[in-house]
Amino acid sequence: MQKMLTIISNVLRGSARRNGAQVVSEGASLVVASRSYADFTPEATFDIKKVDLHRLEEGPPLTSTLTREEGLKYYRTMQTIRRMELKADQLYKQKIIRGFCHLYDGQEACAVGIEGGITLSDHLITAYRAHGYTLTRGGTVREIMAELTGRRGGIAKGKGGSMHMYTKNFYGGNGIVGAQVPLGAGVALACKYLGNDQLCVSLYGDGAANQGQIFETYNMSSLWKLPIIFICENNQYAMGTSVERSAASTEYYKRGDYIPGIRVDGMDVLCVREATKFAAAHCRSGKGPILMELQTYRYHGHSMSDPGVSYRTREEIQEVRSKSDPISMLKDRMLSNNMASIEELKEIDIAVRKEIEDAAQFATTDPEPPLDDLCSHIFANDQPFEVRGATPWTKLTSTS
Amino acid sequence: MTPTQVDVNFRLCPTTKMNLFQSVTSALDNTLASDPTAVIFGEDVAFGGVFRCTVGLRDKYGKDRVFNTPLCEQGIVGFGIGAAVAGATAIAEIQFADYIYPAFDQIVNEAAKYRYRSGNLFDCGNLTIRAPWGCVGHGSLYHSQSPEAFFAHCPGIKVVIPRGPVQCKGLLLSCIADQNPCIFFEPKILYRAAVEQVPTEAYTIPLSQAEVIQEGSDVTLVAWGTQIHVLREVANMAQEKLGVSCELIDLQTILPWDTETVCKSVAKTGRLLISHEAPITGGFAAEISSTVQEECFLNLEAPIARVCGYDTPFPHIFEPFYIPDKWKCFDAVKKLISF
Repeated sequence: MQKMLTIISNVLRGSARRNGAQVVSEGASLVVASRSYADFTPEATFDIKKVDLHRLEEGPPLTSTLTREEGLKYYRTMQTIRRMELKADQLYKQKIIRGFCHLYDGQEACAVGIEGGITLSDHLITAYRAHGYTLTRGGTVREIMAELTGRRGGIAKGKGGSMHMYTKNFYGGNGIVGAQVPLGAGVALACKYLGNDQLCVSLYGDGAANQGQIFETYNMSSLWKLPIIFICENNQYAMGTSVERSAASTEYYKRGDYIPGIRVDGMDVLCVREATKFAAAHCRSGKGPILMELQTYRYHGHSMSDPGVSYRTREEIQEVRSKSDPISMLKDRMLSNNMASIEELKEIDIAVRKEIEDAAQFATTDPEPPLDDLCSHIFANDQPFEVRGATPWTKLTSTS
Repeated sequence: MTPTQVDVNFRLCPTTKMNLFQSVTSALDNTLASDPTAVIFGEDVAFGGVFRCTVGLRDKYGKDRVFNTPLCEQGIVGFGIGAAVAGATAIAEIQFADYIYPAFDQIVNEAAKYRYRSGNLFDCGNLTIRAPWGCVGHGSLYHSQSPEAFFAHCPGIKVVIPRGPVQCKGLLLSCIADQNPCIFFEPKILYRAAVEQVPTEAYTIPLSQAEVIQEGSDVTLVAWGTQIHVLREVANMAQEKLGVSCELIDLQTILPWDTETVCKSVAKTGRLLISHEAPITGGFAAEISSTVQEECFLNLEAPIARVCGYDTPFPHIFEPFYIPDKWKCFDAVKKLISF
């Protein structure tokens, strides 16, 4: 039985190119069909935490219904993000990844929950802690890891690195704090203008919440009723500065002032999903922007140069890990409601581990981009043109 | 408010071994001690700063003199201008020069023009802005930039870049004392790498004075910051392998720059090479080149060579190819000689 599950899963995974999550759940339900379907609960409804409201009469529902397929999908995606980030940590310490690397482990419920509340035809933009979003928005682990190591198979052809990853309807990956938020408003304007019922999710952190351009964006998007969901991923620390030390008001969901806001438990993927669905409905009904604060936590430091324990205690990190870990929370829910077996989840873990290993192997062995790429894509050019180089007689040709 | 200037031959004072970030701390320590209106602020300066430049200062001088700001560069500089106008010696830190652009408007439109537009009634001369600058080996697009050329285009401010700990402390103290708003870029790759015996007392090195570090007769080499060390090696290589004697000049102040020293040198040697990490088009080498050809046209034996970064954003993985390393500079020297 066990072997059959693995064989079928492998065959299905081998034929698919992307989005392993879909494949596993298909594989799983296929096997279950031949096993005994009645063994697993197909769906269950869970109570979720009430959200805090600002300028809203009603908020998202207090319960969330999760199907088995969704549960397995979220589990696999969150586990993939978790293992991918830990692998990046390992590769960074081996100096295979260099430069800046901001890891997302601990915050998986945010990326996965948000994606659960919108569709791939909606738009999303975030800051530099972007590996998780690159995955949920359609990137593959292989492309992400190869981008971290700066190889030609990377999602940005090796030219961007950790902070600059992009896919369709995902605008990065941005290094300058807060700069991505006005961009998100522009994307939202385009959605409204084109009348395609799409919206834009603009994310920023608790540190960025103090940037002036965010308030400029609040004003413009409210004035013009743009379909934008502002999301403040509050992980309690802006690098090493806690929220109490940097913000006059730590109620980030209220700082949009005239923009309605909700404050959500960002460690619970179902909370995030319901809140995002609620926010999306708000935008799509033409009411204009809405602000969501996700209270979440990152296990790693700000970046790989930050041990993460000089401004917070190891006990604090341990406590969050044991009490509020998003993956454990989902796993417990599914197991205690008989929505999955522990073996099944272990299989997913093994499959994820293998996927990450393969991706790391690819990322380490893929060749670096050719030197000509140094000068490519500076401008959009019809004709190749010469780019002046370090000395008067060195020129490279820029092609686009 | 001006701190007391120490006008001595600082090379004779008691010294301690310091690296670049320690020389910054020492300068700031001297300032806070002698000038009761001096305040230091910026992101994360309270615990010592991401490059350790302000370690120990908050404990020594108090939390109302060394304090953190939230993450808002435009706000930091605007606030700094106001504090300076009101009489405080304001020393603002921008965490990386790459992040200075939200404050660009405040620097160019407010700080630089304050004295001019008020007919000398007001000024923000007490303002100094410090920022880590230049490539560091793995900084990529947003932790490696050298934006001095953007600010060189703005009359009313001064732009200063040291090459090592001794110059850093002296030049920083000069910027703080100077009655004009100054931007002080610190080469981040040298924070730990550059170590020298630095005087513990306060001392100043004059602004707008280039330093001839090494005298020579055949080629003039001009640079600032980290690139000076690259050119020093190039000068040695040129001497050994080509028998060419190079005169090496550290510009130190980008704006207003010491045209006299550079032109005097080129009049002597007839050949000039300028090198910087920033992209070549519109880089500060262009300004130097233009002025030198005006002043020394008939002295020139070869076209002025500029060895700079490529006209691309500062790259991620291509950094070793991008930067104007010693081989590119050496090559340029060879071509200058054989013109």
